[in-house]
Amino acid sequence: MELVQKALKGNRRAIARLISLAENEEKEAVTALREMFPLTGKAHIVGITGPPGSGKSTMTDKLVKELRKRGKKVAILAVDPASPFTGGAILGDRVRMSDLNLDEGVYIRSLSTRGKLGGLSKATHYAVKILDACGFDYIFIETVGVGQSEVDIIKTADSILVVTVPGLGDDIQAIKAGILEIGDIFIVNKADRDGANRVVIELEMMLGLNAEKDEWDHPILMTVASENKGIIEVVEAVIRHKEYLDKTGLLAERRRERLETEVLELVVQNMTRYVNEKFVKDGSFQEEVDKLVRKENDPYTLVQSILADTVK
Amino acid sequence: MSEKLIRVLVAKPGLDGHDRGAKVIARALRDAGMEVIYSGLRQTPEQIVAAAVQEDVDVVAMSLLSGAHNHLFPKVAKLLAEEGADDVLVMGGGVIPDSDIPFLKENGIAEVFTPGTPTGEVVNYIKNNVR
Amino acid sequence: MYDKEKLKEIALAKEEWEKGQVAKTLAKFKERKEEFATTSGIPVERLYTPVENQDFDYVRDLGMPGQYPYTRGVQPTMYRGRFWTMRQYAGFATAEDSNKRYRYLLDQGQTGLSVAFDLPTQIGYDSDAEIAQGEIGKVGVAIDSLQDMEVLFDQIPLDKVSTSMTINAPASVLLAMYIAVAEKQGVTVDKLQGTIQNDILKEYAARGTYIYPPGPSMRLITNIFEFCSKNVPNWNTISISGYHIREAGSTAAQEVAFTLADGIAYVDAAIKAGLDVDGFAGRLSFFFNSHNDLLEEVAKFRAARRMWAKIMRERFGAKNPRSWMLRFHTQTGGSTLTAQQPENNIVRVAIQTLAAVLGGTQSLHTNSKDEALALPSEESVRIALRTQQIVAYESGVCDTVDPLAGSYYVESLTNEIEKKAMEYIEKIDTMGGATKAIEQGYIQKEIADSSYAYQKEVEANERIVVGMNKFQVEEKPIEGLLRVDPSVGEAQVKKLKALKESRDNLAVKTKLSTLREAAKTDANLMPFILDAIRVYASEGEVCDVLREIFGEYRPVEIL
Ligand SMILES: Nc1nc2c(ncn2[C@@H]2O[C@H](COP(=O)(O)OP(=O)(O)O)[C@@H](O)[C@H]2O)c(=O)[nH]1
Ligand SMILES: [Mg+2]
Repeated sequence: MELVQKALKGNRRAIARLISLAENEEKEAVTALREMFPLTGKAHIVGITGPPGSGKSTMTDKLVKELRKRGKKVAILAVDPASPFTGGAILGDRVRMSDLNLDEGVYIRSLSTRGKLGGLSKATHYAVKILDACGFDYIFIETVGVGQSEVDIIKTADSILVVTVPGLGDDIQAIKAGILEIGDIFIVNKADRDGANRVVIELEMMLGLNAEKDEWDHPILMTVASENKGIIEVVEAVIRHKEYLDKTGLLAERRRERLETEVLELVVQNMTRYVNEKFVKDGSFQEEVDKLVRKENDPYTLVQSILADTVK
Repeated sequence: MSEKLIRVLVAKPGLDGHDRGAKVIARALRDAGMEVIYSGLRQTPEQIVAAAVQEDVDVVAMSLLSGAHNHLFPKVAKLLAEEGADDVLVMGGGVIPDSDIPFLKENGIAEVFTPGTPTGEVVNYIKNNVR
Repeated sequence: MYDKEKLKEIALAKEEWEKGQVAKTLAKFKERKEEFATTSGIPVERLYTPVENQDFDYVRDLGMPGQYPYTRGVQPTMYRGRFWTMRQYAGFATAEDSNKRYRYLLDQGQTGLSVAFDLPTQIGYDSDAEIAQGEIGKVGVAIDSLQDMEVLFDQIPLDKVSTSMTINAPASVLLAMYIAVAEKQGVTVDKLQGTIQNDILKEYAARGTYIYPPGPSMRLITNIFEFCSKNVPNWNTISISGYHIREAGSTAAQEVAFTLADGIAYVDAAIKAGLDVDGFAGRLSFFFNSHNDLLEEVAKFRAARRMWAKIMRERFGAKNPRSWMLRFHTQTGGSTLTAQQPENNIVRVAIQTLAAVLGGTQSLHTNSKDEALALPSEESVRIALRTQQIVAYESGVCDTVDPLAGSYYVESLTNEIEKKAMEYIEKIDTMGGATKAIEQGYIQKEIADSSYAYQKEVEANERIVVGMNKFQVEEKPIEGLLRVDPSVGEAQVKKLKALKESRDNLAVKTKLSTLREAAKTDANLMPFILDAIRVYASEGEVCDVLREIFGEYRPVEIL
């Protein structure tokens, strides 16, 4: 594909186009991904999650600037929720990163959840692969830590940064327990505010309870992202985690698992779509259900025949 | 599965800090089901174009009340064309005298909306003109 | 206040009236709307009587003009003594052009100057900065150095005129230039009268010409408070502005609430910096918008005065009555003007002028009819000024103090606005004050919500804007709008270049590095800025030094 060739040469418009194709689930996206797949697997993927307003975008901006100083190429996927009613969204994360706009070594893309279950994690997944193939050394995924689909997205990351801040009321409770479990590095941002130390202690306790004694030490770091304080430490922790994953073989293991999951999920998705198109759309599915209602058939036989038809 | 949504960059070029109009438009476009990327204040034409390209937007909608539109709007259109993104619909709004509109249209601005334009009109214009 | 028995009688009469006569009328003629509300969404009853003002207590709620809580006005005789200051905001292109406009306005009977700066000046960039291109001289005059300021006030005696300057982030720099011009004119600094806007919080919240983050910005502001209380005693050191909050789309109650919350933040900051509240509070001034909903606006001004008096006396324990007084400038509402049928704007401005005057303003700018289109022409500026003069000399509303007091409706609205605004202030207090509320995007979001709600009402024709969504006509494009020649930018750049070649650059360098060192300490920066300005350091150079030390503010955009 010509678009792929351009993207691989670093043309941002081509990269952007490919991500749109993936987002819109166009057929060409699959063609492109096929072509790009062999080139993937080099980028380190960093997930950054935490409540709205905790400073994720500010933090990403600063982390990326630090990585740029070290000569790394970085891409950012900033995910924001869409309105469940209209599907529209206002995506404002770029505002915090506008200095990076003109940096040739940085690519920023805003994505919305588009109110579709699962659809987003797939699009993000594809976007990560595209960016990985295009030679970005680090890929950041920013998302608010609420909702299953967001947890799913963040799970595609190699290193997961969980950001919290003092003064959220029930500080730690505000972080979804599920996210606490998957975090690799914990950041108490806005440490310029009162109560940061208390959050650190609470985090230590919670993590102590959860500790499933692995080698990784799950560091808790304090930052003031808006003032660029503590940023180098976070970058160092990310690099240390990357090395840890490499050394222990966990990276290869996780990536293998991820491929497994991806394939299984794609199978399910494709089958669902196939079934949809084949039966549901033309109304034949309703006829089959009518038969079930009249007890002329049973669900188990029906499923078997649908599946037999699908995998023919 | 997910259909294509129209993506719009709502941008504030120049130094003007009046963002009431930009914010109203951003919300109206969102409520019309579009994905709106908001640039924030004080963006240079170069920054706007970089964002438009990276975000693969269909539309760049700029709002400016300071009177610098003749200088800034065409520059954005020109830089977009240089990036090969001349299929992006470029629109402008704000305090823009009627007599400036022909000049802007000759210089790559597809449409200009002056004060008092209902947001519905902007929404329709985008829906009808995005390829 | 009201006799209990009498109140009962009135309540009974009202009930009978509603059940009888009103019901009968309604059966035949429906009212225009199910529910009536002010522009800001405060419900409006069919009729106001003493019953709706049961708790009214004259002495507590109103008092006498010139006395606590100043609901009726800050001076005892108000406009019977002297009209408000008629002060048209003006400035465009170069210092020469603006100087001409100022002298024209003074000739026409204007009584004070109000300087509009261009955006680069407001954001601390010289005319030769890349980002300034296209903006030079557009929304105001371009000032790069003391040299421009000397031209701006050429033949205008600074001991005779009072000057208001709409300048915020670099307020200290422009004030320094003004002082330096006065020195050159041989005017002693204690004679200077005027105002700098100097209100950074509303820049973050609504207007956008910020430079530095909140911490150092608040420091510069308190530096000015302190410097002026010692050296420029008649200078209004800040104009805490609701105007732009309202322009950004807030309601009237939000305008009062967010402005006073900002005011509280400044007083807090100054007290924290060790200043005595009565030492600076008398020099705080305010700036409000005047919209079309005449009586709501009057109520707003009255409520704001009463609230500030209470805040200063009760919350901050100020002892000097001057500290309790909310003195304010008003500008008619730019966002209420329409590009359609611009002549209609003259009428809107007249209503808004009445509102400001009936609300007891200390000074007033009336917008020109063509503001929604471009820079106002000389003719339209004159009509705007004449509007004020007609209200002053012909309408009769200036002949008694606070003529609307005691109106059941106006008093009730005054209470309602106070109540709503107070709720906001309490909420902001729990967030840790206005600075925090702005940093979290709370105030911005409240404003944007109101603005969007208003827009939707207009588009649904639930709200009529004459000439815009009703009573439209075909219109020809308007000719003869004033525009700023692009050559202004080039001329300004050339002038600056020449200055940089001719001035004592060693002195500039020395003064700037002294300023840089001072900025790292907690010294008052005003004297250092003044020193740099005196040797013709440019505005951009001074602001860059401070940018280096203070950093730059990043806005919160919560949509
Ligand atoms: N006081 C303080 N404010 C911060 C800090 N980091 C970010 N902020 C501010 O918090 C607000 C929200 O930040 P943002 O990055 O948009 O948060 P996100 O929603 O998690 O992406 C912005 O106003 C930032 O300037 C910090 O360390 N201290
Ligand atoms: Mg964010």
